[in-house]
Amino acid sequence: MHGNGLVIYDEDIRRIQVVVERLVRDANAKGVFVVDRNGQLISEAGEMRGLDTTSLASLTAGCIAATGGLAKLVGEEDFPVHFHQGQRDNLHITLVAKRIILVVIFDDRSSLGLVRLRVKKAGGELGKVFEEVQKKAEQDSASGAATPFSEITDDDIDNLFSA
Amino acid sequence: MSFINYSSREINCKIVYYGPGLCGKTTNLQWIYQKTNPDLKGKMISLATETERTLFFDFLPLALGEIRGFKTRFHLYTVPGQVFYDASRKLILKGVDGVVFVADSQIERMEANVESLENLKLNLAEQGAKLDQTPFVMQYNKRDLPNAAPLEEMKQLLNPGGLPEFEACATDGRGVFETLKAVARSVLRDLKQMSGS
Repeated sequence: MHGNGLVIYDEDIRRIQVVVERLVRDANAKGVFVVDRNGQLISEAGEMRGLDTTSLASLTAGCIAATGGLAKLVGEEDFPVHFHQGQRDNLHITLVAKRIILVVIFDDRSSLGLVRLRVKKAGGELGKVFEEVQKKAEQDSASGAATPFSEITDDDIDNLFSA
Repeated sequence: MSFINYSSREINCKIVYYGPGLCGKTTNLQWIYQKTNPDLKGKMISLATETERTLFFDFLPLALGEIRGFKTRFHLYTVPGQVFYDASRKLILKGVDGVVFVADSQIERMEANVESLENLKLNLAEQGAKLDQTPFVMQYNKRDLPNAAPLEEMKQLLNPGGLPEFEACATDGRGVFETLKAVARSVLRDLKQMSGS
């Protein structure tokens, strides 16, 4: 069940961060977040850093999962783009490479058209990065490369619960 | 599905609390939330109906400490227990690393327990997973109630394979942390095994 666990290294995060920070500037966004489809936050940028990002990631993944279920009901594979309009802030959510969710929060300093345009480019770039992440994970798995789990001993696990 | 972030040195795992409607899944999470040091927990989210029945899921992020320099975080989810929310249950079960089945000890809920356990097996199978190959803990909840079924009977019915099991009373916390620790330990052992060491 865990064969497809996500493993992200420093260099991957740096590449993702470059794309995300550029997207904040290019789209005049308040915040940009990259979330794994299973609800794990991978990267963030912008002026919303005080936000409860763990909750944001989990709820975004829930939202994508629910609308994905709806899509299948009506014969679509997915609804990869979502837009939520608020009084002040808006949320643009895109599913990238079927695995990663790109969330952009913006207000009236930007526009839906601009965000859509910039997200398209950034989404393509992120898609490439995650394709490579996936390939690397498959190679690591095939070659039996070490993960933090392989170094964990039973004592380490027991110590976690001894307090 | 576990997520290892080498940049922030974090290991993240997903645990799902499964079981029939009103068996105490949300109460388990609420107890954990109440009794956990604020530094170790995030906000608990409950997507519930007006009558506080779980509509989509409850979510509680929890930090357990460090292993080999990696922060170990668990994301706890509950599923909606009511039979007609099966589509939501399937979504929440995706990418799960470990499962707690919360059984309702009341004798009149035995059929609901069996049905929910079968539903869990079916939904795991749709993901290509099997219950006996997934880190799993059985919790017999509501042991304090006068109409609780005999424990031996419940074991035979719900856990004949003798997987890790605990008696609990989630409203006063009995067995709640024991269950959580057992499933978390089982998840980490499983991930260690999967890493091929």
